[in-house]
Amino acid sequence: MNSEYNFAYLDEQTKRMIRRALLKGVAIPGYQVPFASREMPMPYGWGTGGVQVTAACLTPDDTLKVIDQGADDTTNAVSIRKFFEKTAGVAVSDETAKATVIQTRHRIPERDLSENQIIVYQVPIPEPLRFLEPRETETRKMHALEEYGLMHVKLYEDIARHGHIATSYAYPVMIEGRYVMDPSPIPKFDNPKMEMAALQLFGAGREQRIYAVPPYTKVVSLDFEDYPFEKGGATQGCGLCDAQDSYLDEMIMDDSGARMSVCSDSDYCRERRDAGYVGEMGVPQKTVTEDAA
Amino acid sequence: MYVAVKGGEKAIDNAHAWLDELRRGDTDIPEMSIAQIRSQLALSVDRVMAEGSLYDPDLAALAIKQSRGDLIEAIFLIRAYRTTLPRFGGSAPIKTADMACMRRISATFKDVPGGQVLGPTFDYTHRLLDFKLAAEGVPSKAEKAGVVGDEVKPHITDFLNQEGLIQTEPGSDATPPDLTREPLELPASRALRLQALTRGDEGFVLGMGYSTQRGYGRNHAFVGELRIGDVAVEMEIPELGFSVEIAEIEVSECETVNQFAGSKTEPPQFTRGYGLVFGQSERKAISMALLDRALRWKELGEDNSDSPAQDEEFVLYHCDNIQATGFVEHIKLPHYVDFQAELELVRTLRKEATEANAQREAAK
Repeated sequence: MNSEYNFAYLDEQTKRMIRRALLKGVAIPGYQVPFASREMPMPYGWGTGGVQVTAACLTPDDTLKVIDQGADDTTNAVSIRKFFEKTAGVAVSDETAKATVIQTRHRIPERDLSENQIIVYQVPIPEPLRFLEPRETETRKMHALEEYGLMHVKLYEDIARHGHIATSYAYPVMIEGRYVMDPSPIPKFDNPKMEMAALQLFGAGREQRIYAVPPYTKVVSLDFEDYPFEKGGATQGCGLCDAQDSYLDEMIMDDSGARMSVCSDSDYCRERRDAGYVGEMGVPQKTVTEDAA
Repeated sequence: MYVAVKGGEKAIDNAHAWLDELRRGDTDIPEMSIAQIRSQLALSVDRVMAEGSLYDPDLAALAIKQSRGDLIEAIFLIRAYRTTLPRFGGSAPIKTADMACMRRISATFKDVPGGQVLGPTFDYTHRLLDFKLAAEGVPSKAEKAGVVGDEVKPHITDFLNQEGLIQTEPGSDATPPDLTREPLELPASRALRLQALTRGDEGFVLGMGYSTQRGYGRNHAFVGELRIGDVAVEMEIPELGFSVEIAEIEVSECETVNQFAGSKTEPPQFTRGYGLVFGQSERKAISMALLDRALRWKELGEDNSDSPAQDEEFVLYHCDNIQATGFVEHIKLPHYVDFQAELELVRTLRKEATEANAQREAAK
């Protein structure tokens, strides 16, 4: 651990300021709390909001997991994990079950999270109404007045034009019947998981906003009675572990464009393969005894 | 069989090593020192200090060296370092009227008390490549024409003020807000706007200032005064009960004098735009003053012509180059998951469209 910096990089005053914002966020689920985001040693857009929230939550006993696109070995996940290993000296793990704090970009792990876990989302644009109304002064008013008609009109226009709601990620949700919230750019496949046992914290560094969804909060993906929300997802199983219930990434295998679909959640896939599940294009895992022999 | 891509960690380490090698470049050529950058690339150093919001020429020079001359990257290094620094308190306002000017010009009065001082400017150089410099020739020396900078030079706008021709700015002893410690909330005070602009991207502020001259929020500015020089920074030490000088910094200050026909609330008089920037950067100071004046439309009861330069939210949310470069460049990070979701959606929509077309064809 590097002692030139305070535990988890940020000074205690800054962490206290962030924790205050987090508490306010938890008290008003789905409300975007302005906070004095600091310049971090990684660029805006790389997860500075999530990193600040994680820094404010970490204790020396925590075990941290960092994923990007569902995987622990994506370059930016590696970089953020290394940052906290260096500045906080906390234990890190790829295993979802072992982690107490999980920082994520664009996914929620497949495995259910528990009450003693915190999941921290990196958020690029926290404002779900931003692409309907570019002005922050206006959108804050709209939230205050619960004026969400514009969003419903947008969804309706999608249906009128395409026969579907044409939003496939960052699909807006209604939190506890009050605030419309951006779930960060997770695929809408992950939306139903947001009613969970773990505490969900959202950090948007460049936009200087923090928001939260406390455990067991009601999270409803916006829809219409006659066009109910559909989570979508792949129709086939994972090529490596044969999971039928997991979100898959598509890979291009050769010049002729052959495809293979693999779990985006790399830990979930590993766990299944370790348990003996084999997909169409996978090979059985060697057991420990075979390795020793 | 397919093996999932691994090795992000190794790739990062190798990339960093390669970057470091390229930064040093050809090892047959002597390495640049911080002192060389500081003294020979002084205007780069000034820009990094101004937009990095940290007055430290040595650190700025180090950042320029480390970033291979990419100034926005250097500004980012300085900003990231700056956030880790403890704050001891706030200084007293600097007194630019007491500035030891190395340059001081006015576009509104031919002669003024204290005189015009051209100073070290590119303004009247002919932009011809000087091949002597390529040969690393003899150092040039300027002859000293008397003492410069010792005489107190009052602000030129103060002379206009004697006749009440220019608007008096309301004074305030309130602690100004701090953009780096509090989230930006709108509407912003003028002090906060100026703070954002002085650390804003030079190119952005220049472009916005330029747009006001071309009719987008026009406010017809004269450069009342432009001065560059050293000012003392004083801080009140609570234990002592008085201010002591803790540093001397170089700043560029620009005050514009703008036509103002008067409005429902104000009589006709001149108004001001203000620009103040660390180091020697008159381009930025002038642009900032133009933009500051354009942003004051509401306070002066002027019409809003819907120009970008009059739009506080637009200007303040987009002038920071560290925020901008981060978010623009982040789209190169993996977006596999979102893209996959879009792929599925487009496939579904296409399938439905093709089927609908086929049915229509069949019905013909």
